[in-house]
Amino acid sequence: MTEIKFKLNGKEQTLNTDPNRRLLDVLREDFKLTGSKEGCGEGECGACSVLLNKQIVNSCSVPLANVDGQDIVTIEGFSKTKEYQVIKDSFATAGGVQCGFCTPGMIIATQSLLNTKPRPNDYEIKIGLSGNLCRCTGYNLIIKSVKLAAKDGDGLW
Amino acid sequence: MVESHIAKTLEDALKTLNSGKFRIVAGGTDMLIQNRSHTGMPIGYKDNVVYINLINELDYIKEDEDNVYIGATTRLETILKSENAPKILKNIIHEMAGPGIRHTATLAGNIANASPAGDSLVGLYVLDASIKCQSVDNTRIVKIKDFIQGVRKIDLKSNEMITEVMIPKYDFSRFVFKKVAPRLSDAISKLSFVGAIRIEDNEVKDLRMALGAVYMTVLRKEDIESKYIGQSIGELKNNIELIIEDYNSFIKPIDDQRSNKEYRKQVALNLIKDFIMKS
Repeated sequence: MTEIKFKLNGKEQTLNTDPNRRLLDVLREDFKLTGSKEGCGEGECGACSVLLNKQIVNSCSVPLANVDGQDIVTIEGFSKTKEYQVIKDSFATAGGVQCGFCTPGMIIATQSLLNTKPRPNDYEIKIGLSGNLCRCTGYNLIIKSVKLAAKDGDGLW
Repeated sequence: MVESHIAKTLEDALKTLNSGKFRIVAGGTDMLIQNRSHTGMPIGYKDNVVYINLINELDYIKEDEDNVYIGATTRLETILKSENAPKILKNIIHEMAGPGIRHTATLAGNIANASPAGDSLVGLYVLDASIKCQSVDNTRIVKIKDFIQGVRKIDLKSNEMITEVMIPKYDFSRFVFKKVAPRLSDAISKLSFVGAIRIEDNEVKDLRMALGAVYMTVLRKEDIESKYIGQSIGELKNNIELIIEDYNSFIKPIDDQRSNKEYRKQVALNLIKDFIMKS
C-alpha cells in the first residue's frame, strides 16, 4: 500500500492502494468513471484514453505510481468544458459517432491534438488519432468531425 | 508481497536500487503488458519495483558540439517534438506506437526492454549511441552494441540504472528508415531497416546499415560496411550482389505471429539493395 495523490477532474484525490494497479482500473472501479473503456488492454486501441497533464495517454498502460502528483482528466471531467461542447457537437454534426465505444477516446485524442495544433491538416489529424481504433466509421467521418471542431472552435485552443 | 517505490529524485532511485533487488519501471508500457494479470488486478510483478518516470531531473534533451544527450525519463513524444534530437531518431519515433503511448514511454525504456523488434534500437545502432549507467558509487558509459547482449538481455548491474542516452552528431548525405508492419501506427515491426550514407565528391565516406527483428539483437556489421568505404558510388552499386552475399549469412530471422523467416530474410535483403541502388 502506498499513498498516491493526484488531481482527478480538477479535484485533489488521495488513495491508499497498490501503485502497481493500472490507472484504468482505478478510474473505473474506485471512482466509477466508466467513460474510459478497456478495449485491447495493451495500448493499441485508445478506448481507455485520458489526459495526463493535458496530453493523451492510454490509461490501461499507465501504472498508478506514474500519476502521483499529476493531473488527470477523464472524459467525464472533460465533458464540463467549452472545448468538449464544440468537439461533441462537431462529432454529432459530421457523423463521427456510430456504436460509440471508441468515442470517449476519440474525443480525448481530439482535445490532445487541438491543444498542440489548433488548426491541424488532414495528415496531422490522422497522426493525432493514430492511437485510436474505430471499427464502425471508417475514420473519414471522424477526420471530418475534427476538422469541423477546429473550425467551429477556432480561438478556443 | 512485492515492494513498490516511487522515486522522484535520481539519488532516491539509486539508493533504492542499492538496497535490494528491484525492477526498474519508467513509462511501464511494455513492462505492464509483459507482467499483466486479469483486468482489475494489479500488474503481477514478481520482483520489487522502483518507478522512475517522475524523476524530473532526467527529463531533458541537451546538446553540445559533439553529442545530443537524452535523459532517461524523456518521453518519446518529447523527442519527436524536439528541435535538437537526431532526425533519424525522430523519423523512427514517428512510427512507434501512437501518441498515447509516446507521451509516457521513454527511449531508455525501449533500450532496456531489448526486444529484437525495438524500433529505436535500429537507429541508435546506426548512430553509434552510448548508454550511461549509474549506480550510487559509479558511472560508466557503454556502447549500445555492447549494452544489448541478446533478447531482453542487457549489461546492467542490479544496482544500476540507465540515466542518459548519448548520441554523437553526424551529417549523412542520405538516410532511410523503413518499418515493415501492417500499419503505420500501433504496430510491432515484422522487420525494420536503417541505412545511412555520406557521400563526398562521388566517394562513399561512410556507410552504415542496421536491421531489426532479423536476429537476436539489431544486426549491424561494421566490418562489411568498411569494405565499401572509399569506393565511388558507381563502384558501390556495381558491387550490390557482393553486398547482398555479405549480409546473407548473418540475417537469421525467426517465425512468429507477426511474420516468417523466409519473408523477413527476403525483405531484409531487398531493403539493403533498394537503399544502395537509390544512394
